Amino acid sequence: MGGYTFSELGSIFVMQGFSGLSLFCVYLLMALGLAIIFGQMGVINMAHGEFLTMGAYTTYFMSKLAVDHFPALVGIYFPFAIILGFLIAFGMGYLLEVLLIRHLYKRPLDTLLATWGVSLVLQQVFRSAFGAREVSATLPAWLLGSVKPTETIDIPLNGLFMMGLTLVLSLLVFIFLFRSRWGLKVRATTQNRVMSGGVGINTKKVDRMTFAVGCGIAGVAGAVFTTIASTGPTTGSLYIVDTFLVVVFGGAASLVGTVASAFSIAQAQSVLEFFLTSSIAKVLTLLTVITVIMARPEGLFTIRVRK
Amino acid sequence: MLEVKDLQVSYGQSEVIGNLAFEVGRNETLAIMGRNGMGKTTLMKALMGILRSRKGSVKLDGKDLTKMESYQRVAAGLAFVPQGRMIFSALTVQENIETGLETADSKTIPDDIFALFPVLHEMRKRKGGNLSGGQQQQLAIARALVSEPKVLILDEPTEGIQPSVIKDIARVLNEIRKTREISILVSEQVLSFTLAIADRLLVIDKGRFIHENRRDQVDAEKIKQYLSV
Repeated sequence: MGGYTFSELGSIFVMQGFSGLSLFCVYLLMALGLAIIFGQMGVINMAHGEFLTMGAYTTYFMSKLAVDHFPALVGIYFPFAIILGFLIAFGMGYLLEVLLIRHLYKRPLDTLLATWGVSLVLQQVFRSAFGAREVSATLPAWLLGSVKPTETIDIPLNGLFMMGLTLVLSLLVFIFLFRSRWGLKVRATTQNRVMSGGVGINTKKVDRMTFAVGCGIAGVAGAVFTTIASTGPTTGSLYIVDTFLVVVFGGAASLVGTVASAFSIAQAQSVLEFFLTSSIAKVLTLLTVITVIMARPEGLFTIRVRK
Repeated sequence: MLEVKDLQVSYGQSEVIGNLAFEVGRNETLAIMGRNGMGKTTLMKALMGILRSRKGSVKLDGKDLTKMESYQRVAAGLAFVPQGRMIFSALTVQENIETGLETADSKTIPDDIFALFPVLHEMRKRKGGNLSGGQQQQLAIARALVSEPKVLILDEPTEGIQPSVIKDIARVLNEIRKTREISILVSEQVLSFTLAIADRLLVIDKGRFIHENRRDQVDAEKIKQYLSV
């Protein structure tokens, strides 16, 4: 393995593993929202990445506002940026559902085209409004720096922060879907829309809320994303294909599957990339995913019931 | 209680239900019998607002339901057990019943439901899809009952279910009617089951009623003739 000593190799694995974990967090944060929208509602939302971009720009402008006008708040603006990122993406998602998506529930393939169009429009809007250059939020001091457990291992703080947040958000989504009345209604509606109406559930309202919450989570993902990378008009769209891969590989209806698949895809990419080139890493990952999907068409994790 | 007037339902140009009118009385069980393809399910779906009616009106306790969506009709006091049961197969038994609580005041399953269906209590952690046909039918009835309806609508509840379970279901429906004082509207093809629960029978043929009788005056031979192909 290229003349590395044993302990160097260990460090490389730890650090590449950690950068894989950061990638895993981005995938998972994107995929959580998408798993709800695609997995539960069957809507192929190609504009999902743009909701991430919205959250990222929101954070950027919050940080700019803090730096320019309220220097005292630079240390604490971040949590508010996350909340605002959620609210803006939630609101835009709500609007998109009312104006467009709800007319397309019976035509899943058309949602692909329509939301792809929305994605292109939004990217151009970002470009016109905020410029084509990538921008970076000014991070609070407590997010900078790194932890050095040994001489050769270096673990960045922003990565740790992102991981913590991903964990919290995943838990919240799990509780929302599986432990709340709303989640029950969401799961019932996605299984059988007509019958859900027949037991007294207002399915249109459920659809609107579900879609908006899915988009809101992407907004949070965007806010967190600014801690590890800069934001441009096409930031979100870079991740959309990989995110769909994660959702499909994991099993569209399973949250545990989404986590497992985000983890394995991100780790495989990250560790392979160090030793091979990034395109070969991608090829190997895709080949593995294709093989697994061929053997298990419904993804890694599925709910088994008689048909 | 439930009052239907001049109801007309069509699929495109083909009229399936033509100007039906009937009434289900307070605490009455009315059975609508007929062969396959005569409009039973269409009628039930139209009553639930799953299919749009072209003409006519549906009133519950004097309240006009005609323009309402399904979930509003449930809130108004209808409950539906569809043909093929249509339980949520990936939800647990308990979650399935809980979906019916949407319009109820309390969001926990009342104890008397499990008293009616002890088997559902045993299986409450299992996925609905893994239950047998008869158990799924009980689950569908339980899910409808927790919304505390004034009128319970059942579409062919005995379809594909073994005879001993059919008897169970008849017993449960009679008990429900007595203890909860609700009205029941049921569509059926099995005459023995109908005679065990119904106060009154209507026979539907090509979307029209061709025969009506009270249970005590039923001419079983004649109805069998209507039902035979």
